[in-house]
Amino acid sequence: MTKPVEQLESVVIRFAGDSGDGMQLTGGRFTTETALTGNDLATFPDFPAEIRAPAGSLPGVSGFQLHFADHDILTPGDQPDVLVAMNPAALKTNLADLPKGATLIVDLDAFTSRNLQKAGYETNPLEDSSLEGWQVHAVPLTTMTVGALKEIDGVTPREAERAKNMFALGLMSWLYGRPIESTIDFLQTKFAKRPAIAEANVKAFNTGYHFGETSETFAVQYEVKPAKLEPGLYRQITGNTALSYGLIAASKLSGLPLFLGAYPITPASSILEELARHKSFGVRTFQAEDEIAAVGAALGASFGGALGVTTSAGPGVVLKSETIGLAVALELPLVIIDVQRAGPSTGMPTKPEQGDLLLVLFGRNSESPVPVLAPATPGDCFHAAIEAARVALTYRTPVYLLSDAYLANGAEPWKVPDVASLESIDVAFAEANGQPFRPYRRDPATLARPWAIPGTPGLEHRIGGLEKQNETGNVSYDPDNHDLMTRLRAQKVAGVKVPDLEVDHQEGADVLVLSWGGTYGPVHAGVRRVRAGGGKVAHAHLRWLNPFPANTGHVLRSYDRVLVPELNLGQLLKLVRAEYLVDAVGYNRVSGQPFKAGEIASAVEAIL
Amino acid sequence: MTTELKLTAKEFKSDQEVRWCPGCGDYAILAAVQSFMPELGLERERIVFVSGIGCAARFPYYMQTYGMHSIHGRAPAIATGLAVSRPDLSVWVVSGDGDALSIGGNHLIHALRRNVNIKILMFNNQIYGLTKGQYSPTSEQGKVTGSTPFGSVDYPFNPLSVALGAEATFVARAIDTDKPGLTGVLRRAASHQGTAFVEILQNCNIYNDGAFDVVRDQKENRLYLEHGAPAGDTGITHDEQDFATAFALSRVTVESHGVVPLGVFRDVQRPSYDELAQSQLDRAAKAGAGDLQALVGSGDTWSIG
Repeated sequence: MTKPVEQLESVVIRFAGDSGDGMQLTGGRFTTETALTGNDLATFPDFPAEIRAPAGSLPGVSGFQLHFADHDILTPGDQPDVLVAMNPAALKTNLADLPKGATLIVDLDAFTSRNLQKAGYETNPLEDSSLEGWQVHAVPLTTMTVGALKEIDGVTPREAERAKNMFALGLMSWLYGRPIESTIDFLQTKFAKRPAIAEANVKAFNTGYHFGETSETFAVQYEVKPAKLEPGLYRQITGNTALSYGLIAASKLSGLPLFLGAYPITPASSILEELARHKSFGVRTFQAEDEIAAVGAALGASFGGALGVTTSAGPGVVLKSETIGLAVALELPLVIIDVQRAGPSTGMPTKPEQGDLLLVLFGRNSESPVPVLAPATPGDCFHAAIEAARVALTYRTPVYLLSDAYLANGAEPWKVPDVASLESIDVAFAEANGQPFRPYRRDPATLARPWAIPGTPGLEHRIGGLEKQNETGNVSYDPDNHDLMTRLRAQKVAGVKVPDLEVDHQEGADVLVLSWGGTYGPVHAGVRRVRAGGGKVAHAHLRWLNPFPANTGHVLRSYDRVLVPELNLGQLLKLVRAEYLVDAVGYNRVSGQPFKAGEIASAVEAIL
Repeated sequence: MTTELKLTAKEFKSDQEVRWCPGCGDYAILAAVQSFMPELGLERERIVFVSGIGCAARFPYYMQTYGMHSIHGRAPAIATGLAVSRPDLSVWVVSGDGDALSIGGNHLIHALRRNVNIKILMFNNQIYGLTKGQYSPTSEQGKVTGSTPFGSVDYPFNPLSVALGAEATFVARAIDTDKPGLTGVLRRAASHQGTAFVEILQNCNIYNDGAFDVVRDQKENRLYLEHGAPAGDTGITHDEQDFATAFALSRVTVESHGVVPLGVFRDVQRPSYDELAQSQLDRAAKAGAGDLQALVGSGDTWSIG
């Protein structure tokens, strides 16, 4: 039976269910199928920090939103067109985001009185009139899954029930005409050691697909044509994977072994796990006893001539501050990756925020300048990691890379880079030249000091956290020398060469939106929306936060009004006002959620 | 194959003026270490001293080797990164009782359990010297100091018991001014593959003078341990391989037995962290060097255009 196919330009789907329902896996598979279809896409996994909150409870709801389109898109979408809710709690926590008229698919079997009670429903929303206005498909996902699998030997009823997410995935795969082979391969590989489970999941998936095809519940199938992206080989990538690959690339480009010191912390741990797999690139990963030892070991490795890297999130970064201060004084290369999450303190570990900007700029004792770089998109994390390493190695300085939970876990199609085209990183270790060695004699161009690694004959020297005499590096308490050294360290970082700020200008615009880091997608999507409505607005996006690009002041002063949207209470805003005396205004939200394009558009329109 | 190195103690002296208080036990330790260094048979550039903060932590400045004077308590962590990424180096950590057992306690116990190839020399003077005389985690209970005018109320650590409890593979004790005893322990520590922990009883003549007179000056109270031989009148036959023996000896004090054991308490062979980590890298390399282009293009891919 063939059903009519309706063409769509873009679709936003949100899968929501219990933490144990496998929503992240379901979303991830649908993403892969969508990527293979050739759509542009963006994802937003949104899950609780608790591994398994009580089943059926509101805090236990885990969601995965995916936006895919036949044109280039920038965000996971403001509002879902389709919500798949696996239980009443998932319905309750997500319904407010679902616009009237949108499609709602629920597992009818999960709407038991016990689950309704846990979700705080007094009456069953499927039976009262509260869901009027949405296109509701109440499908008995669980009973159909269990029914389909009862013939398979070696699968318990509980295991059969757990395959219901694959039924839902199969149904959605049919609804949007996704290719199913990759998911079947994936399931067979994932459960290779348990053939009965593999068979059960594949069967549930296929059953869901055929249910869509044959059931009268769904009258039409939808199609979203491939997007016209730049030609090339593509894959999907998350920010943390891209960061990991970027670090390996930096190691290759510099010829230095990569050493990662890390302590597990959400949402940075997956970088440690990814890098630990790649020993064939000579990568050493060291899971330390704490955050302090993680950065200490990385700095020790840098002293020995490795590319030393440490990864963490805000609560870990604060513990590392003392060692980063030491790295400032030692003037050794070090890359510190802060995958920002909502705070203060433990905050909301899985939720994005941009609250650490002032921390990484100023969160050390005394005058201790550190370059700071923030990638704009998941794929940009690859290039940002290389840039951070390049600056660290060239200028012999710790460098902060500020990612966030949105970039870390979000996926987008990524044009696979041609690694042969990446510029190498020249690292010249110091060698003895017959003259007395001066560990703090600087390169006049970069102000970098020589990097003399242990094992180099004739350059035995001592460095430390005590103030050093200029050039000789001997311990010095001389007042003028301290003033000089403080200024030299500041000048070195201020002189780091970073690309100019690019402006996406629009003729006639007198409002500039200035964003930074992981908000690029939603902010630019908001700018596009304003322009589509006839508004005139320019957009500039900062990747380097220290030093700022040389033309930043000029750009800011070229517009009558400057709007700085941030997922904090105005940190970049404070900096640009202080640095450039520009009367910029902020648009700030700190909800643990990424910006929506719509709210950015409204904020811009309010000052046009 | 290579010409034999003929370095002398003098060649391990840096050009920096030594700035410990006159009469400090650290001078004797520095002299003993500098005299011992030629025995390593290594070029000076292959030797690194890493320290934290405290009086003892100035040590690297005085050694004509590579060195880092780092931050309080963190030397074992920094040395771990260096030793793991550079197995060709001889890495030494110099620490004190406050640095190693208080602020750096966590790094110390984890370095010991990992068995990274570093040698930790902990100068124990049972006092905070650089901050002018507050009690330390090894000070005896009741210690009257600037921060404890009515006497300290906390119980001290026994550094060797801590090290043994942390699965240290090499544990020894020496006295600052006992050059033969200290040199013997340094020799054994240097030849040990893995983490070596050496407690050096060191006299702070300014803030805690005479803390170890009972064994430093009263040499009759020294009990030099010898593997396989009876340990004085303790009734214990020393066995460096046996944990229970080493632990029992770590509890022997002047108060309990009238003696202070010196020398090597424990020396067992166990693959070091850096060896094991290197062997994983070697195994991966044998299977084929990583291909960056293949890595970035891994997983499900699709072509456009």
